[in-house]
Amino acid sequence: MSHTLNLTINGTAQEVTLDDPRVTLLDLLRERLHLTGTKKGCDRGQCGACTVLVNGRRMNACLALALSHDGAEITTIEGLAQGGELHPVQAAFIEHDGMQCGYCTPGQIMSAVGLIAEAQAGADPERIREGMSGNICRCAAYAGITAAVLQATETLTEEAERA
Amino acid sequence: MKPFDYIRPERLGQALSEGAKPGSAYLAGGTNLLDLMKTGAARPERLVDITRLPGLDRWEWGKDGGLRIGAMVRNSDAAHDPDIAAAFPAMAEALLSGASGQLRNAATMGGNVMQQTRCHFFADPFSPCNRRAPGAGCAAQGSDRRGFAVLGGSDACIATHPSDLCVALAALDAVVEIAGPEGLRETPLTDFHLLPGTGPEGHTRLAPGELIIALRLPAAAAGFRHHARYLKLRDRTSFAFALVSATALLRIEDGVIAEARLALGGVAPKPWRATAAEALLQGARPDADSFARAAEAALQGAAGHDAKITLAKRLAARALTQAARGTPARVPALPGSVHSGETAHV
Ligand SMILES: Cc1cc2nc3c(=O)[nH]c(=O)nc-3n(C[C@H](O)[C@H](O)[C@H](O)COP(=O)(O)OP(=O)(O)OC[C@H]3O[C@@H](n4cnc5c(N)ncnc54)[C@H](O)[C@@H]3O)c2cc1C
Ligand code: SF4
Ligand code: FES
Ligand code: FES
Repeated sequence: MSHTLNLTINGTAQEVTLDDPRVTLLDLLRERLHLTGTKKGCDRGQCGACTVLVNGRRMNACLALALSHDGAEITTIEGLAQGGELHPVQAAFIEHDGMQCGYCTPGQIMSAVGLIAEAQAGADPERIREGMSGNICRCAAYAGITAAVLQATETLTEEAERA
Repeated sequence: MKPFDYIRPERLGQALSEGAKPGSAYLAGGTNLLDLMKTGAARPERLVDITRLPGLDRWEWGKDGGLRIGAMVRNSDAAHDPDIAAAFPAMAEALLSGASGQLRNAATMGGNVMQQTRCHFFADPFSPCNRRAPGAGCAAQGSDRRGFAVLGGSDACIATHPSDLCVALAALDAVVEIAGPEGLRETPLTDFHLLPGTGPEGHTRLAPGELIIALRLPAAAAGFRHHARYLKLRDRTSFAFALVSATALLRIEDGVIAEARLALGGVAPKPWRATAAEALLQGARPDADSFARAAEAALQGAAGHDAKITLAKRLAARALTQAARGTPARVPALPGSVHSGETAHV
């Protein structure tokens, strides 16, 4: 039996038909919609490479059954930059060298966007490190990642205050 | 992954009748179930998705100050709510010490209580495991016992219950509300999980088809809010399961312990309430001696890994000491950690 689900992905509404209910959100994005920015590291919830926003909240796409998220708004790394301008978290990762090989980076950036929206860590580096612990970086670019999230937090807070 | 049928009921009654059919499994956040389906340890024929059932994704306060949390409330939402964290700080700290930010956003309260052991032999369908395949044997016996039970295990199974939340719930006298074909029933969380005995395959009292609909925290549990801690030792400071953990709750009146609660995690096949230790503490002074005696009592009869038993005693005493000092104003930056923010800055 095939199943149809409706998703808004990076702002665009899409109807997707699945011939098999076993598809995870991660495999749907990568294998069927060819949005390969979201990475598969462990496929078990242990590394964070697959982090996307589901209705604005960061989640591991590898442990999300696509069908269970029918109706959701999904944001992936491809949907962050607006009109050719990088998202403040993306810009901060570049400025602070928050990466080496780059494989974990889309997940790190999506996780940071989610963390900042949760507004629990603020500008405390210890809370930022703790809040980012679901994203493993094999290259250990952690120092740059923490600095980038700190700066992006400041930028986004200033932007919010001005708005 | 074995193929399955997918059903997404929108009413509780429909979910219960679908869930009662053989081969069914309820799908909540999916963070444990999908993981085990990928390894082949879980092989449901039908997934009954409970994410759309009305009313399960919220909590409500009783007039007396008790709290009823719907089974589909996400771990992060319960932990980050300021009122919940103020009344039940050890539960908030336990939740935030578990898994990662992403996982807590998906993980539900009901799913956390129902999660399976992390015994790696259980997850690997090629290892003999009585819990997954009754009668097959237990690959963990004779292996290094560091990650296994030192209390409450049996020859059939020595797996630990991995939940942090449940350790706090056990100490708080939480109640599990269950819906089933016969209507509603409830059971104390401390009775909900089973010891393995000779048949470890059923790890809770939930009958097939039954559904957890809510967890209830009695008003009296908020009486410990001024002296509450959850501590967790693990192989890295964040994003790791407990080697040993402890919830310590105290009510201190006129310099004497009026009431104490102590529960341990990582040491037993179920969240382990240490009632003998609690009895020793009642009426005692909140000092190092009392806490050391309580910790001894909590691990009375423990066997299987000496270093782990020593660690558990020390952690229990440390959690009691920190609870006596007073609940931190906010859940610490490193929830559950024995390090209080003095880690080297990279
Ligand atoms: C990498 C990783 C690290 C983790 N670290 C920790 C940790 O440190 N501490 C910790 O405590 N946990 C940890 N977890 C476990 C996590 O907390 C659980 O996976 C999660 O709580 C399960 O909730 P869920 O909603 O995703 O459940 P699901 O995966 O959807 O379900 C789990 C089980 O519960 C059943 N179920 C779900 N809801 C109900 C209900 N309402 N009634 C009856 N049955 C139900 C399902 O049928 C299934 O058998 C970790 C998980 C991962 C993947
Ligand atoms: S300890 Fe329990 S879960 Fe682990 S292999 Fe033995 S029977 Fe299975
Ligand atoms: S691929 Fe999802 S957490 Fe590793
Ligand atoms: S940059 Fe290489 S894994 Fe993080």
